[in-house]
Amino acid sequence: MSGTFELTIRPRKGWQAVDLKEAYLYSELLLFLIWRDIKIRYRQTLLGGLWAVLQPFMAMVIFAFVFNRLAHVQSDGPPYNLFAFAGLAPWTFFSTAVTQSSNSLLANTQLVSKIYFPRIFIPLGAIFALVVDLVLSLGMLAALMIYYRWALTSAVVWLPLFLVSAVLAAAGSGLVLSALNVRFRDVKYAVPFMIQMGLFVTPVIYPVHYVPARWQLLMGLNPMTGVVIGFRHALLGTPISWDVVGVSLATCVLLFVVGLFIFRRLETEFADIL
Amino acid sequence: MKPILEIRGVSKQYKLGIRRGPKMDNLRELLGRSLASVIGRRPNQEDDQPVPTGSFWALEDVTFNVAPGEVIGIIGRNGAGKSTLLKILSRITSPTRGEVKVMGRMASLLEVGTGFHPELTGRENIFLNGAILGMRRAEIARRFEEIVVFAEIQEFLDTPVKHYSSGMYVRLAFAVAAHLDPEILIVDEVLAVGDMAFQKKCLGKMGEVSRSGRTVLFVSHNMPAVENLCSRAVVLHQGRLEFDGTPKEAIQHYLHTLSSQAGRGNVIDLDKVGSRRVLVAPLLKRMEFLTEGDQPLLEGIPIGGRLKIRVHFELPNPTDTFNVGLGFDNIYGQRIFTAHSLFEPEQVLTPHVGPQVYTCEIPSFTLMPGEYSVKVWLDLKRDQADAIEDAAKITVLESDFYGTGRVPWNGTFVLGHRWYLQQAADARQ
Repeated sequence: MSGTFELTIRPRKGWQAVDLKEAYLYSELLLFLIWRDIKIRYRQTLLGGLWAVLQPFMAMVIFAFVFNRLAHVQSDGPPYNLFAFAGLAPWTFFSTAVTQSSNSLLANTQLVSKIYFPRIFIPLGAIFALVVDLVLSLGMLAALMIYYRWALTSAVVWLPLFLVSAVLAAAGSGLVLSALNVRFRDVKYAVPFMIQMGLFVTPVIYPVHYVPARWQLLMGLNPMTGVVIGFRHALLGTPISWDVVGVSLATCVLLFVVGLFIFRRLETEFADIL
Repeated sequence: MKPILEIRGVSKQYKLGIRRGPKMDNLRELLGRSLASVIGRRPNQEDDQPVPTGSFWALEDVTFNVAPGEVIGIIGRNGAGKSTLLKILSRITSPTRGEVKVMGRMASLLEVGTGFHPELTGRENIFLNGAILGMRRAEIARRFEEIVVFAEIQEFLDTPVKHYSSGMYVRLAFAVAAHLDPEILIVDEVLAVGDMAFQKKCLGKMGEVSRSGRTVLFVSHNMPAVENLCSRAVVLHQGRLEFDGTPKEAIQHYLHTLSSQAGRGNVIDLDKVGSRRVLVAPLLKRMEFLTEGDQPLLEGIPIGGRLKIRVHFELPNPTDTFNVGLGFDNIYGQRIFTAHSLFEPEQVLTPHVGPQVYTCEIPSFTLMPGEYSVKVWLDLKRDQADAIEDAAKITVLESDFYGTGRVPWNGTFVLGHRWYLQQAADARQ
């Protein structure tokens, strides 16, 4: 390997996109960080990976009682439990991913202030590690579908698209928030609140047609709107409005790109502030 | 030969406002400020309390080349810019000006063991840490056995490192880093940790690395080690490169700068001595040295003598969170002892303002005979506001500390101790 490696260190100013060559050089590290996060997450817990499934499941039970039984919210087709779980699975992924990634740089202060590697791997590692949880909860959904005898439709081909969108939405938010959190600890207080409110402005516990048509496109600006509608469409075959979902998916991509730039911009001062 | 490392005009400026100054610690203050300036009202006076003077240069225009295979020592007192230089070289922070050309893979041991996760086992941490330091998986697997043997942790490979002793932890961390096979290795004081035997092993490994033709940058206060291992040394002083030459000459130069600026006499005017870092304002004024019976300390202090240091300073605004620190460094610039008013159990709780005198009393100053350089600093609200390295020299004189007519020798400090001899009853068995 000798003689092949050359590098110039100079002041970095202005807006830049991610250094893809460098990201590739270090790509194994990303895998290691993901592996570390997965390995550590449920260590010293009694239930282990069951937590991944338990969280959306308990949420489903409670929401079904409060919103379906008490408030008479109806699903747009499948049994309400299924309907709620199919929305809660991606939502739980998103909320946990955003919470953990926004805190990830602070939690890894040691690494950031002592060793160089692409910092972006820290929040991204935290998010990718949670994809495993999302897959586990989809397994739980499969079990529920069998229980309710609800068949998959051909719409399932769209699932990868919405999975990727969910990751993009979480990564975009996570990148922006983790970078801001280094300088402004306000983020720590804002995130739980935003997540809590987010649940209500995303059609997780109610179908999107409850919202007046003229507001639906506006809801599309919420990246998770498209993801939740999409998950439900792909898994349960519920109706989908592609204009709302299209707007939403575009927002996911935009959020991710903006996140990359903002992170890259703020990254230079991490080691000086932490 | 073409240099493997070219450092050209590198400068680093730290903005104090960003670095945990009172300015932007949270969004509310930032918004509040912008709002206040929009509506043309000055924000609260108390918000502005210690306004940092803006920025300071931790490094200024440092230029030097390193040829392949050189083992170069970087020396300088605390705060001279050594760590900043290493951080720039290892890309942890970027320079404000200038550039560095690196022609080879570089690894730094800025702090061994960073990236270790306590919950993971030794085996898992070797892989994780290797990856963090830039090794490929296959590479780690190939060197795995060697690493384990070097670290002497065979039996504990599958134990989480949180159960390791600190010695094992350090050994493992160093082992991973030492097997990285970089073309350029940056070492910063790692040798200060671990037991003597392991320190020797590490020095040996460094020697081996350098003999194998690799380049080493070695930052240390351990002058004998620098002299032994390095082929060349540079001296940094207040962010500038002051000397570049043989280790012997560099060490002499360094020791000379250490002793040249300190004030002498019993009362020291802090405006005139040492190297000062003013972060808020030059608030420290004078320092007085007293000994037994509050007599001025003129010649030097006998081992175990009473030492009183009076620090005169100014508080610009009423505050109850101010502290004074005193650091005693030996002639190599190693910190031997730190006295800090934070350690005083009966702390000041009421706000003070204006001129103050804080007196530190050390009933028995038990350092070994020699010269010590005194650093003094003032903290406001937990942040350093004014600091002077090498403000004064204090000489400890040989004395009959133990009351036996024998002068203590060897070591860093003395401790009162007793010996008891008994006839062992079963000695002949």
